Amino acid sequence: MTAAVAGVRATARMVARDDGRGGTALPVLESDGPLALRRTRGSGAEPRVMLVGAMSGPLGGDHFTVTADVREGARLCVGSAAATIALPGQTKGEARYDVRLTVADGAELRWLPEQLISAGGSDLYVGTRIDLGATARLVLREEQVLGRVGEEPGRLTSRLVLRVAGRTVLDQELACGPGAPGGWDGPAVLAGHRAVGQLLVVRPEFAEEPVPARVLGEGAVVVPLAGPAALVTAVAPDALLLRRALDAALAALVP
Amino acid sequence: MSRAALLVLADGRFPAGGHAHSGGAEAAVKAGRITGAESLESFCRGRLYTAGLVSSALATAAVLGVDPRQLDEAADARTPSPALRVAARKLGRQLLRAARATWPSPELDALAGQFPKGAHQPVVLGLTARAAGLEPVDAAYCAAYESVSGPASATVRLLSLDPFDATAVLARLAPELDRVATRAVEAARTAVEEGVDALPSASAPLLEIGAELHAAWPVRLFAS
Repeated sequence: MTAAVAGVRATARMVARDDGRGGTALPVLESDGPLALRRTRGSGAEPRVMLVGAMSGPLGGDHFTVTADVREGARLCVGSAAATIALPGQTKGEARYDVRLTVADGAELRWLPEQLISAGGSDLYVGTRIDLGATARLVLREEQVLGRVGEEPGRLTSRLVLRVAGRTVLDQELACGPGAPGGWDGPAVLAGHRAVGQLLVVRPEFAEEPVPARVLGEGAVVVPLAGPAALVTAVAPDALLLRRALDAALAALVP
Repeated sequence: MSRAALLVLADGRFPAGGHAHSGGAEAAVKAGRITGAESLESFCRGRLYTAGLVSSALATAAVLGVDPRQLDEAADARTPSPALRVAARKLGRQLLRAARATWPSPELDALAGQFPKGAHQPVVLGLTARAAGLEPVDAAYCAAYESVSGPASATVRLLSLDPFDATAVLARLAPELDRVATRAVEAARTAVEEGVDALPSASAPLLEIGAELHAAWPVRLFAS
């Protein structure tokens, strides 16, 4: 695509490493433009970082990137201060939000941001790529809400790719909203549900002892992937019910 | 080789066991989401652009000579539901048995040796098309069509839907089958250059959820 008008480009970066004293240090915590990173409470062993989006965005034409690099033996928890709202920009054209997560052997990342809301008229592509070492641990939550209350959604395409020790364990893309391929709101894909989410849990011990597949309700299941990972897929009428389903699943998976 | 081999391969009577699977239609009927021709069409359209596109691209890439082992892993990564992974391997095993009898080839023999528990069905389908002397685009069409013809014929049995109505649904989807097959061929050609990560990974949450709900039923008409 050759949209002539450039949107905002911003990259926020964080690096967590073992501080050698049983804790985790954050040698890099780099905000950029509308993407601000703040260290908040959290323990020394597991520092907590909040992604504070300045106002709203991404808007059409914007390209945001957030990277987290959790090095050997380190632990990090990342959340966000509020939901991210994709909005239409003054320029037409897709906005892009890339998340790149790397977690080394013996390290753990908990990535638990608030929802992504696709507002009417917006057009956003979200690409999340996660590279884990063979003994890395991960908890990741992704929630998409189609439209603000009573609003038609925008177009949202979201791809989630998980690699463990170089092998792709999960590759899933969901496209919805006006302009998405047909049938996205039909009985095979979303059937009128306006909130959809995933919870990905990776534990080296799942390789030996996979989480059994289990139905968590009419709109949610937990399944073992073809690798040391479990995935919860959930659909719900709204964001609140989705969060409730994912919270219950998380509590069961990570006691 | 003959183009007419495509008719043999895509024929619903080709003995590869597909009739025992509903492609998620049984779960959707039970949930009240497929109730007639209109909702069947919407279901099939959603399946075509997600699971159908992925299968079509995998099968095409197999015809183009991409390593079956890599394709099978790519299929696993694109199939989070273990019930669907099991069904895809079972269908792959059954198709391979029929294919080896129909179009004997060393490549199919090697595939059987490489995957004693069965490879994902689209991978087998692609190599079968190769053994039959078919083109990549033929496999793309065959996989895309199977992604909708299975649910359509299953719904005839599940809902006593008029077979004329079910067939009309398939006919109305024909232009979109063209589009999906074209996209699958493009993606598969890219995968030859760039690797299997270039293959599409379009997913359908309710197909995944429905497959697990369905697998937990004590009694069901279809295997998946």
